[in-house]
Amino acid sequence: MNEKLMQISGSPHIHGGDSVKKIMWAVVIALLPAFLVSVFYFGLPVIILTVVSVASCVVFEYLIQRFMLKKPCSIYDGSAVITGLLLAFNVPANLPIPLIIIGALVAIGIAKMAFGGLGNNLFNPAITARIFLLVSFPVQMTTWPVARPIWKLGADVVTGPTPLGILKEAPDNVAVDSLMQNGHYVTSDQVMHHIPDNIDMLLGQMGGSFGEVSAIAILIGAIFLLIRKVITWHIPVSFLLTAFIFGGIFWLVEPTQFANPLFHLLTGGLMLGACFMATDMVTSPTSPRGMVVFGVGCGLLTIIIRLFGAYPEGVSFAILIMNALVPLIDKAFKPKAFGV
Amino acid sequence: MKTFKIGGIHPEDNKLAKNSSVESFPIPSQVTVFLTQHLGAPATPIVAKGDKVKVGQLIGKAEAFISANIHSPVSGTVNKIDMVADISGYKKQAVVIDVEGDEWCENIDTTPELKTEITLDKQAIINRMKDCGIVGLGGACFPTHVKYMLRPEQKVDFLLINAAECEPYITTDYRLLLEKADECLVGIQALLIASDAPIACIGIENNKKDAIAILTDKAKKYPQIKVVELKTKYPQGAEKQLIKAITKREVPNGKLPIDVGCIVNNFTTTYAVYEAVQKNKPIVEIFTTVSGKMLENRKNFRVRIGTPIDSIMKSVGIPENTGKFISGGPMMGKAITNLNSFAVKGMSSILFMDMSEAKRHTSSDCIRCGKCVAACPMGLQPYKLQILSELERYEDCEQFGIMNCMECGCCQFGCPAFRPILDYVRVGKNKTGLMIRNRQK
Repeated sequence: MNEKLMQISGSPHIHGGDSVKKIMWAVVIALLPAFLVSVFYFGLPVIILTVVSVASCVVFEYLIQRFMLKKPCSIYDGSAVITGLLLAFNVPANLPIPLIIIGALVAIGIAKMAFGGLGNNLFNPAITARIFLLVSFPVQMTTWPVARPIWKLGADVVTGPTPLGILKEAPDNVAVDSLMQNGHYVTSDQVMHHIPDNIDMLLGQMGGSFGEVSAIAILIGAIFLLIRKVITWHIPVSFLLTAFIFGGIFWLVEPTQFANPLFHLLTGGLMLGACFMATDMVTSPTSPRGMVVFGVGCGLLTIIIRLFGAYPEGVSFAILIMNALVPLIDKAFKPKAFGV
Repeated sequence: MKTFKIGGIHPEDNKLAKNSSVESFPIPSQVTVFLTQHLGAPATPIVAKGDKVKVGQLIGKAEAFISANIHSPVSGTVNKIDMVADISGYKKQAVVIDVEGDEWCENIDTTPELKTEITLDKQAIINRMKDCGIVGLGGACFPTHVKYMLRPEQKVDFLLINAAECEPYITTDYRLLLEKADECLVGIQALLIASDAPIACIGIENNKKDAIAILTDKAKKYPQIKVVELKTKYPQGAEKQLIKAITKREVPNGKLPIDVGCIVNNFTTTYAVYEAVQKNKPIVEIFTTVSGKMLENRKNFRVRIGTPIDSIMKSVGIPENTGKFISGGPMMGKAITNLNSFAVKGMSSILFMDMSEAKRHTSSDCIRCGKCVAACPMGLQPYKLQILSELERYEDCEQFGIMNCMECGCCQFGCPAFRPILDYVRVGKNKTGLMIRNRQK
């Protein structure tokens, strides 16, 4: 024992052993099932896009910290890797490579580091970048390759709309329920578009951003995070339940005009958004009550944008809007205090 | 199973010393007895250099309302009355006594026989506790008799005995439960008389199943005493949380347990009460656990107050890579700054930590994960209080309820960014408290 080396500090003297690094890498592991399903349906481009996205996020973070902020390097905490993965998951599999690099710069440079780095950003970096790309490069961001099992993938990329896109662009005289029952309809340019059945949508065989197609793979990841206590149930459950109920109300009132709630749950970015993007700790409320309010808000906004907005998909806008409200939610919905 | 509802954490319980029975630690050649070993005003010394004292003789008299008597733990000659540094390095007045033999005061019954029949009445029991310098031995050392000096309109519905022992490592309550259960039950019976409470509940965490079984069996003889099994969760033994778990009553902020009809005493205190009431024996010895993952010899000692702590540490062998000593539990205890200090009434354990366990990690920015919010048993937002305190925004600290923090450490225990949350909250509490007091002037 060397008395000069003795440690002195305030209590508590023990620590539970959790760390930012462990949390972040757990999220990375949780994203793997969705990644594997995407590779299965969209092939090599998925791997290339993901690698480029993750690498550029990490490199941008390193460069900004090293040369602009002159702060100690924190790329090993894994948060840039998550941003890179989520950004890639939110684009079509045939997005040109330079665009995803621009996206990474927006995510890390503008949405994250400009606010002060991990923990200080107001908006989810991956969603900010996705919306930036969507409004800046609308054509590339909405050209969706058709999902086909890996052995059917040919050299030629066939593109088609997403299920939500089909509904949004359906001529007014075609009723939604007939679309969904017949499974297909004929557009003006005589191309057959199928609304996939529920099983296909659950597994991921449908058009869309490549990481969000398979609800089941995303749910497996989310369950892992729940067990690992990285996230709590509050946000995903309140988000999905609100979207289901709110979408269901419209469907019950006018089933010929609005899609059924299960369709809303399984399509688009709802699963990925509810399980991985809305639950981002930095940009969501801290108290359980606040989390539920946040989730309900996300669910309502998603359905409103889907049904009445100009865009077919509303998850990322919904989450971004709710991100901006988090400080107010935190203020209004404090945890239940003891002895009050 | 009963527990409190908000927050809480599950640290490894590490009750490594649970199987070693209590050993009497040898009486040292000199003791240093602090005159402040309790919450409240220091006791006034009533001996002078050269005076002969016996074990149990009053040497420091409590003169304020909240204060406690101090008795000589040894027999011998007063060497000097001096300012001596305590474990944190603060100088306090202390009586230094050179030990000669082990002669007890005549009016103290030193026989080990169990004496079950209580002859004292309510007021006599309270006075006896006061005379014998009984303080809460759970760690806070609040003078026990003060809790029982009630105004006429105050009524006690529950006497709660805290045997939860939710702090990791510490095993003194547990050992006492196994070895001295009968004495403690008599002590509880005395407290029932003192409080006029209809019922006493002993709360024990369910990681001590054998203790629950033994105590439940022995308590059958006492119709007013009930054993309550509690869920193992930290801080189950915190006063307000214990009340909530057992009685479902919530002590309002800024109020005391008596305001919801409860008095809470620690289990070890009940043994001191037994000795005081039945044997007229003041607190001259304490029970202390000496433990740590790195130690081979983990002990539960019965130590005379004023024993040099380094002699206690050396008796189990100090390993080479020791990085930190803690007096008290790992969650709320104090790191020992001054190894040349002396045992006091509240020293429920001495823990050893190795370098890797003792060193703090570098902290990073808060990622707002909300783990501290979920863990806080008082329902506060620790991450926010930490930042507000760091920014010296004490008005906001008050708004966010910093004064309700009991410093249990749950927030910092689970923080993945290793932030020193409680360090700042402690500073913030002090400054905010000062601000509030100045405002009231």
